[in-house]
Amino acid sequence: MPNMSLKKNEMPSQSPDVRRSNFKEVALGYTEEQAIDEAQRCLHCKNKPCVGGCPVHIDIPAFIKEVAEGNFEKAYEIISESSSLPAVCGRVCPQETQCEQKCVRGIKGEPVAIGRLERFVADYHNAHSTEKAKTPAKNGHRVAVIGSGPAGLTCAGDLAKKGYDVTVFEALHLAGGVLVYGIPEFRLPKSIVQKEIDTLKEIGVKIETNVVVGKTFSIDELLDEYKFEAVFIGSGAGLPKFMNIKGENLKGVYSANEFLTRINLMKAYKPDSSTPVQQSKHVSVVGGGNVAMDAARCARRLGAEVTVVYRRTEAELPARREEVEHAMEEGIEFKFLTNPVEITGDEKGWVNGLICRQMELGEPDESGRRRPVPVEGSDFKIDTDCVIMALGTSPNPLIKSTTKGLETQKWGGIIADEETGLTSREGVYAGGDAVTGAATVILAMGAGKNAAAAIDEYLQNKGE
Amino acid sequence: MYKILEKRELNPTVTLMVVDAPLVAKKGEPGQFIILRVDEEGERIPLTIADYDREKGTVTIIFQVVGATTEKLNHLNEGDYIHDFVGPLGRATKTEGLKKVAVVGGGVGCAIAFPVTKKLHEQGCEVHAIAGFRSKDLVILEDEFEKNSTKFVRVSDDGTWGDKGLVTDALRKLIESGETYDEVITIGPLIMMKFVCALTKEYGIKTVASMNPIMVDGTGMCGGCRLTVGGETKFACVDGPEFDGHEIDFDEAMARSATYKDFERHAYEETCNLFKAEVK
Ligand SMILES: Cc1cc2nc3c(=O)[nH]c(=O)nc-3n(C[C@H](O)[C@H](O)[C@H](O)COP(=O)(O)OP(=O)(O)OC[C@H]3O[C@@H](n4cnc5c(N)ncnc54)[C@H](O)[C@@H]3O)c2cc1C
Ligand SMILES: Cc1cc2nc3c(=O)[nH]c(=O)nc-3n(C[C@H](O)[C@H](O)[C@H](O)COP(=O)(O)OP(=O)(O)OC[C@H]3O[C@@H](n4cnc5c(N)ncnc54)[C@H](O)[C@@H]3O)c2cc1C
Ligand code: SF4
Ligand code: SF4
Ligand code: FES
Repeated sequence: MPNMSLKKNEMPSQSPDVRRSNFKEVALGYTEEQAIDEAQRCLHCKNKPCVGGCPVHIDIPAFIKEVAEGNFEKAYEIISESSSLPAVCGRVCPQETQCEQKCVRGIKGEPVAIGRLERFVADYHNAHSTEKAKTPAKNGHRVAVIGSGPAGLTCAGDLAKKGYDVTVFEALHLAGGVLVYGIPEFRLPKSIVQKEIDTLKEIGVKIETNVVVGKTFSIDELLDEYKFEAVFIGSGAGLPKFMNIKGENLKGVYSANEFLTRINLMKAYKPDSSTPVQQSKHVSVVGGGNVAMDAARCARRLGAEVTVVYRRTEAELPARREEVEHAMEEGIEFKFLTNPVEITGDEKGWVNGLICRQMELGEPDESGRRRPVPVEGSDFKIDTDCVIMALGTSPNPLIKSTTKGLETQKWGGIIADEETGLTSREGVYAGGDAVTGAATVILAMGAGKNAAAAIDEYLQNKGE
Repeated sequence: MYKILEKRELNPTVTLMVVDAPLVAKKGEPGQFIILRVDEEGERIPLTIADYDREKGTVTIIFQVVGATTEKLNHLNEGDYIHDFVGPLGRATKTEGLKKVAVVGGGVGCAIAFPVTKKLHEQGCEVHAIAGFRSKDLVILEDEFEKNSTKFVRVSDDGTWGDKGLVTDALRKLIESGETYDEVITIGPLIMMKFVCALTKEYGIKTVASMNPIMVDGTGMCGGCRLTVGGETKFACVDGPEFDGHEIDFDEAMARSATYKDFERHAYEETCNLFKAEVK
């Protein structure tokens, strides 16, 4: 008899009063009892609607059944067939618009907490498994992977498991992509990412940090001179956008990328860090996505009062629901239907205010959302000494500009076949944010997986 | 890890290091830079590629000890390793077609000005190098400039080396005496470059200034290095570091470069104290 409770098992978490002054993980994870209890809410639907909502089609009812029976390692094996980063995706997937949105239990009550169960299984495995990763027999083929975010790491892992000699080239000094420089410790502990990377190294993946492809060497050189037979581009979408409003270059105005990189990658939140970050009294964050929430919550933890300024309404916030709720619990203020028009500064060039204009909802736009339109004469000023722009990012033009014949969209995304990731260049594949623009970890991972399969097929056929 | 093969003090606060970094040496060009981290927990700082040897796979950096990171770097010796060293970053200086150029360097900026001076000289361009220092004991690369320029003008603030005065005085004198330049290239403190650019604007001489804003990643990812050039926002690490000097908003750049002054002074003092404690 399934557990018919309408509510999910609550996630044990650090209380808002405590967590808003530390960078430790907010959600603490289910206990074995909670996980089993939650797993018993699954009805094991024949047509598995939830699986259709997962971009990598994890066999959700199958793994949940094992959890319900206490076979956590078996559950891990089932998830591993489709996902290589369950400890990450269980934490950061926007479940409410993916697997859990399709769950039948969500029609009346809350859906099964699929993400939390996935996280539980992955954490259980990481804590208990003593099994060493096996180094597969080498097949003699060499593949280069550019970028060590979820797309690159997944592609590298899948190929290495098939025996390929894979080298990952990463521009920064640390591997992990957005998982290490963007998403903060309190949402995704860096030790989890490190563990995934260590596992890859154990199975023979080489990771070369401090290499900027397009500067240190080009893709053509990788193929011709360094004798790689195929290349996967997983270089992400790291170029920050600004609003081009007055005052944007004042001291105290950051892109979210800079603010988060200083804090996460360079550990500026630690008192002994050699990388500085501004100590502000009041921080204004412009935007409404995951990036805006992360920046706002980091600023809060550094001791500031924080206001998030978003031009649409709460219903349209693109961030994961859980992060928005957490942000609100932590005392972050939201100003909806508000759009900045100017940043003001003092005589020394420091930010001292953000002038905003009230918006109202007009006619629906191409995306079907009602377009915000400014209300004339409604300008007001927020007193603030730091402004963080979290307006989205686009792919860095460096790879395109240094690779002959690599076609991209007008906005910079690399053009690649949806199923295989093949680009306009033979032997060159791409996936993740570099192709789609800023998206999600699970989509990047899925793209890395598909490309690995396609590269395998390409090189096996070529070998004959 | 990148091994330090040679270390030399050029003056009491400026040090030269030759670093084993074959991939950077293979591609580096004058005008480009690297980013390094001294150790595992270190800050990322940009330094110009002062010279390179493609065969030996080495890159030369010249840095002034101004704060915590450069202080830590200066404590490393031959045989020690620099934790991270990435490059070449930024765009190379455009030198094609230049027949006669004035290179104006100030202070440690002369280290950045030197590689392009040498390259221009090697390609047969007439190079007038003007180097300015506060005083004689701070002079670096004197022989190198002498050897790699057609004319070498020395100036110092206190008159202890060459003429007493500013680099702008020397440049004006040359222009007034009838010298004409295809281009002026200037590298040094922001305030110096601002005045060099103001001067050349008067005479309508195209001028390129090498900007050194605060950077983090150096790959175009953070936007921390942004500047306003010709009314547009540019990222110095990928669009630069050199820009049309007549278009740069120097006042904004000067304000931005002081963002972390207080924090850095504190970090510097801490580092110094740390090293003092070690010595005891
Ligand atoms: C702050 C923040 C919060 C987010 N929160 C979530 C969330 O909660 N849930 C979710 O699903 N998604 C979230 N995302 C989005 C998600 O992180 C990305 O969609 C995902 O990381 C994309 O993966 P990727 O592998 O394509 O690229 P990235 O993770 O961006 O990795 C690309 C890597 O390539 C490197 N690189 C770039 N150019 C070069 C080059 N020329 N040579 C060598 N290396 C290069 C970069 O340094 C980087 O390490 C968030 C993003 C940000 C910024
Ligand atoms: C593209 C580029 C090339 C450079 N090339 C060289 C070089 O070849 N040799 C060299 O000595 N320096 C060079 N610099 C400057 C060098 O990066 C800084 O001196 C260094 O980051 C200081 O680090 P620190 O921790 O020792 O000092 P910090 O503690 O960071 O700073 C000490 C003081 O210097 C100021 N400062 C910090 N960074 C800069 C900067 N980028 N520009 C101006 N003032 C700054 C601070 O405000 C502070 O007052 C370059 C900078 C750039 C952007
Ligand atoms: S990977 Fe993401 S979408 Fe798929 S089941 Fe897990 S949480 Fe849901
Ligand atoms: S839709 Fe929900 S209840 Fe049905 S199998 Fe999937 S998780 Fe279980
Ligand atoms: S240093 Fe980060 S974009 Fe230039």
